[in-house]
Amino acid sequence: MSELTTLTIAAARDGLKQKKFSAAELAAAHVDAIEKARTLNAFVLETPQRAAAMSKAADARLAAGTAGPLEGIPLAIKDMFCTEGVRTTACSHILDNFVPTYESTVSGQLWRDGAVLLGKTNNDEFAMGSSNETSFMGAVTSPWRRRGSNTPLVPGGSSGGSAAAVSAHLALAATGTDTGGSIRQPAAFTGIVGIKPTYGRCSRWGIVAFASSLDQAGPFTRTVRDGAIMLRSMAGYDPKDTTSVDIAVPDYEAAVGKSIKGKRIGIPKEYRVDGMSAEIDKLWDQGRAWLEAAGAEIVEVSLPHTKYALPAYYIVAPAEASSNLARYDGVRYGLRLPGRDINGMYENTRAGGFGKEVRRRIMIGTYVLSAGYYDAYYLRAQKVRTLIKKDFEDCFDQGIDAMLTPATPSAAFGVGEKGGADPIEMYLNDVFTVTVNMAGLPGISVPAGLDGQGLPLGLQLIGRPFDEETLFSLGQVIEDAAGRFTPARWWA
Amino acid sequence: MSIDATTVKRIAHLARVAVADDEVEHLSGEINAILAFVEQLAEVKVDGVEPMTSVTPMVMKKRADVVTDGGDADAVLRNAPSTERNYFLVPKVVE
Repeated sequence: MSELTTLTIAAARDGLKQKKFSAAELAAAHVDAIEKARTLNAFVLETPQRAAAMSKAADARLAAGTAGPLEGIPLAIKDMFCTEGVRTTACSHILDNFVPTYESTVSGQLWRDGAVLLGKTNNDEFAMGSSNETSFMGAVTSPWRRRGSNTPLVPGGSSGGSAAAVSAHLALAATGTDTGGSIRQPAAFTGIVGIKPTYGRCSRWGIVAFASSLDQAGPFTRTVRDGAIMLRSMAGYDPKDTTSVDIAVPDYEAAVGKSIKGKRIGIPKEYRVDGMSAEIDKLWDQGRAWLEAAGAEIVEVSLPHTKYALPAYYIVAPAEASSNLARYDGVRYGLRLPGRDINGMYENTRAGGFGKEVRRRIMIGTYVLSAGYYDAYYLRAQKVRTLIKKDFEDCFDQGIDAMLTPATPSAAFGVGEKGGADPIEMYLNDVFTVTVNMAGLPGISVPAGLDGQGLPLGLQLIGRPFDEETLFSLGQVIEDAAGRFTPARWWA
Repeated sequence: MSIDATTVKRIAHLARVAVADDEVEHLSGEINAILAFVEQLAEVKVDGVEPMTSVTPMVMKKRADVVTDGGDADAVLRNAPSTERNYFLVPKVVE
């Protein structure tokens, strides 16, 4: 029953309840689809036995009437989430034999609610990248291709495996992490919905740390409603993460389909950047027209420090990464390579275990935090970050409910096409998403159309802190107008 | 500001990442490209601006000072590259 893989979470939930199919059948259909799509390299570990056992237990709970909100829903988990007894590598050589003895809070909440694990998905090494090409486990190939072309394209990154899996119907939904755009950019590249919640909405406990003041977990789904269903299970206060916020989790699904009449939507003029494609510009105008037609009021706004967000990010994120990744020392877990003494062991382990992009970022981070440079770089970047956040606060204070922007400056590009000579070329992918992390705000990327070559493009909505509900209401309006996008299956 | 080969080696040592001599030039080029990119922050007026310490205004939560976990040496040591009894083993540190 391969049509089981085309269902939304909402439809699968109804089908399970009405006993049209079992959770075991639903899981088996996905396990089969994953096997046939290995050429995409979306999964770094498949867990068919666990999927079978978990779906069997889900069927028992469905029969007993004790089903959870995600009972029997098969999911893919980004390899940044620690999963108890299931290898978790962050797609780095330094962790490629690591089997956690604990479960991340977010994935634990998904299992609590009845979801089923299909496997762990590929990502850029330690989530550092925008194309999934820095993974030690190899690049992911997007299920999307340009019309009439066989050129392999990237799915975006860093959560490229999760995005490819959901887009290619290998999982009903997947988890991601987003530090500068790692959920929203791959969602846009693969024609699906991706949400980065407000900083503090989801617990970071048990997620491999990259840049702790920016990292947030969020879902990938094929519809806005499914995103709302997933986030409700993923979000919530966790005493084990002091930055998680103790605010009740709303029923996000209730916000889907709610009227957006009278909502004031800001269009930040600084997002009309040089070199942006005319197609993205057109899509942005289209999104604005859709929201207006649904009763929203469109207001031009200014976020004057926008252009400084990316350079500030490339100080703050590497600085935090250099501190976080100091733990990989070959002593307590992960790879160890011998050296002439203990320093030699540290240096060889880290040189052999980290890939080029990770090593570069650790070195940048070490430099900007080092004596004599801290004020000029790190302290200044943190002040700029205050100004970036204030730009948004000023708009929200003037009654703006959310902002509408493009999700990315272009559609997906080819494997090996970008960032070879100049790392900045790759970093520019995140120009529209990184501001949201710097300000700790919620953002959603919703597929809004196809470009001239048949590749998906996304629009981003940015909300007030802890107002994900408005994003779900607005996102549904875009989905209703734009429709949904599925890649033509060329694999197996 | 741009960095030279000596600085690259110094940073590499601070970060405890071995860098081979023939990698230094390439690495300093990449690092300098990133430093040139972030240089534009110098034009932002930041006088009197507080550096961000927490993106969401919140009071640091504290929990009661009681033992809530622990006593599971096996779980702690399970992924270690080298152990003996309940210890991590490392190369000799003090002569």
